[in-house]
Amino acid sequence: MGNSVAAKKTTSTAETPDPYEVGPLGLFQLVDETGTETAAVPELPEGLAVRLLEAMLFQRALDQRMLNLQRQGRIGFYGTAKGQEGAVLGSGAAFEEQDWCYPALREGAIALWRGMKLDHYIAQCFGNAADPTHGRQMPCHYSDAPSRYVSLSSPIGTQISHAAGAARAIQIKGDKDKIVGGWMGDGATSSNDFHAGMNFAAVWKAPIVYICQNNQWAISVPAAAQTASETFAIKAEAYGMPGMRVDGNDVLACYVATKLAADRARRGEGPTFIEMLTFRLGGHSSSDDPTKYRDESIAKQWEQRDPLDRHRTWLVGKGMWTDKMQDDFLAEAGTAISEAITRVEAAPPVETETLFSDVWADVPAMLRDQQDRYTNEETV
Amino acid sequence: MPQMTMLDALNDALHIAMEKDDDVVMLGEDIGKKGGVFGTTAGLHEKFGEMRVMDTPLSECGIIGTAVGMAIYGLRPVPEIQFQDFIFPGFDQIVSEMAKMRYRSGGHFTCPMVVRTPSGGGIRGGHYHSQSGEAYFAHTPGLRVVMPSTPREAKGLMLSAIFCDDPVIFLEPKALYRHGKEEVEEGFFTIDMDKARIAREGKDVTVVTWGAMTPICQDAATEVAEKGIDVEIVDMRSMLPWDAETVLDSVRKTGRCIAVQEAPRTCSFASEIAATVAEKAVDSLEAPVGRVSGFDTPFPYALEHVYKPDKKRVTNAIEYVASYE
Repeated sequence: MGNSVAAKKTTSTAETPDPYEVGPLGLFQLVDETGTETAAVPELPEGLAVRLLEAMLFQRALDQRMLNLQRQGRIGFYGTAKGQEGAVLGSGAAFEEQDWCYPALREGAIALWRGMKLDHYIAQCFGNAADPTHGRQMPCHYSDAPSRYVSLSSPIGTQISHAAGAARAIQIKGDKDKIVGGWMGDGATSSNDFHAGMNFAAVWKAPIVYICQNNQWAISVPAAAQTASETFAIKAEAYGMPGMRVDGNDVLACYVATKLAADRARRGEGPTFIEMLTFRLGGHSSSDDPTKYRDESIAKQWEQRDPLDRHRTWLVGKGMWTDKMQDDFLAEAGTAISEAITRVEAAPPVETETLFSDVWADVPAMLRDQQDRYTNEETV
Repeated sequence: MPQMTMLDALNDALHIAMEKDDDVVMLGEDIGKKGGVFGTTAGLHEKFGEMRVMDTPLSECGIIGTAVGMAIYGLRPVPEIQFQDFIFPGFDQIVSEMAKMRYRSGGHFTCPMVVRTPSGGGIRGGHYHSQSGEAYFAHTPGLRVVMPSTPREAKGLMLSAIFCDDPVIFLEPKALYRHGKEEVEEGFFTIDMDKARIAREGKDVTVVTWGAMTPICQDAATEVAEKGIDVEIVDMRSMLPWDAETVLDSVRKTGRCIAVQEAPRTCSFASEIAATVAEKAVDSLEAPVGRVSGFDTPFPYALEHVYKPDKKRVTNAIEYVASYE
């Protein structure tokens, strides 16, 4: 399974196919890897196509800078979205401001898209006093209440149940304008919470869109060793919800499919599960060396399907983007990132006091006693 | 004041909480039309409807995981796990998610929720309907772990738990569900979870306990009183956070202490009591700190009466520390 982009791509250019009809065994695509439309791209919100390219370019630049910081020993860890920016941002852009996002590891670009400050993104990775979450988690574990980008943990798949619960809460409170996005990787489809979350969401007919970024690798375990199902998307049918399968390196296809599913959820017609077929061009994280377990010639092939190049070529063909625009944008992005890193890195370490706060709503007497004894350097 | 069993009192507390705040919702297996396998949620489904009293699919990880999402969204969910012995599929959600959400998000997201679950022996249910797992939860910073010992305590502590902004594991001692009646105030009232309760005042021996062991300790105290031993009973109410001061104050008065629990012995909450008393009240101690507990065995079916501490074992321990020289 997995590598069949060319074989299953849509060939009609006359009209836009319905990704629900393309179904969980097909592959919904609008623009192929050469930047050529394989189906009509529907009308998009004003300026969205350019914003998506800019956000993808920004994330690629930011990821590279953050990875460099890790290599220089200035931050402890980093996981890039390299190669998956189309699936991340195409899905993320389909949600509205009032919606809730339950991300996995590689969706940080969605937090920025939704308005989380760049300084907070970088500060979370430094884990210093500039980090609003007080350096409590390792890098890439962002939390941002103003953008409803919910805290993720490292145990895989737990957010899938949370997302179903949030969507149920929307029903209970009658907040009809809101929906939930729940992201996961291909590995998470094997977790307890995938089964629980998918089942509860379907039984409740909850307003949610689940997005599975099938980047084909769960650290070192390939998708074929993760499931015997023909696709990940087909799993949705057993839960009683529709499954879509989308070319995850076609940002416009990812947006259009997610928007359809989001609209459906907002109408109260229930959840959708979307598999986005993509590829993790880098390691799992800064701690991982993929040459130990995979044939990097496959990665080279996937570099030819880079979602950034594809979308840029399409935009240039439409007269909406130029090389100069790209150069100017990247220069500005580089400056913004450099300035943010400078600001954040100047912050002091987190206060020791933050070790003891936020465990409970108030610090209980027993913990206050432990804190006092540490502060006073008592021995027992 | 009405006379209530613990079941009546818990049911009353849940009704009051749901009437008081539309954000309080219940979910679990068989809690709806059936009203729960013990009847704790009886009448709630009929009164508040299926959107607020939800019969869920059979998945403890799903019940707790979805409740976490509801709590983050702004509800005050009260999920029920049918028996504490079935909670372990949801353990990751409790330990990794519910307990840590406030901390790891820097307070951006919180989980105000109460996981209710019947705990302990007393129904001849073998090890999958009888265990006392409080130590697993008390080892997890961020949780509150509460266990009431009387009907009035159950109501007041439950209402505190539901309107508290921390996640609470509320262990209901099923042996006490129908153990007897007590006068319980009508309407809304709370009991401070942070303060242990002096269930019996005395000057010779401190007995620290909680939940279903409390009435057994009271019976033992009555018996040894006839032999001139004056027992003080501290009912912990909460095992995390826990009120060390009340325990230490009592031990500084009596100089002698035992901790009594139904749970297995090793790495138990009784061990934490003993360690803290030894560490902080050693100058007051006139005897070793004793532990009366279940054994380091699975909870048995046929030999439940041997496994569970009874009045005789508690009495023996009290007499041992009282006479220690």
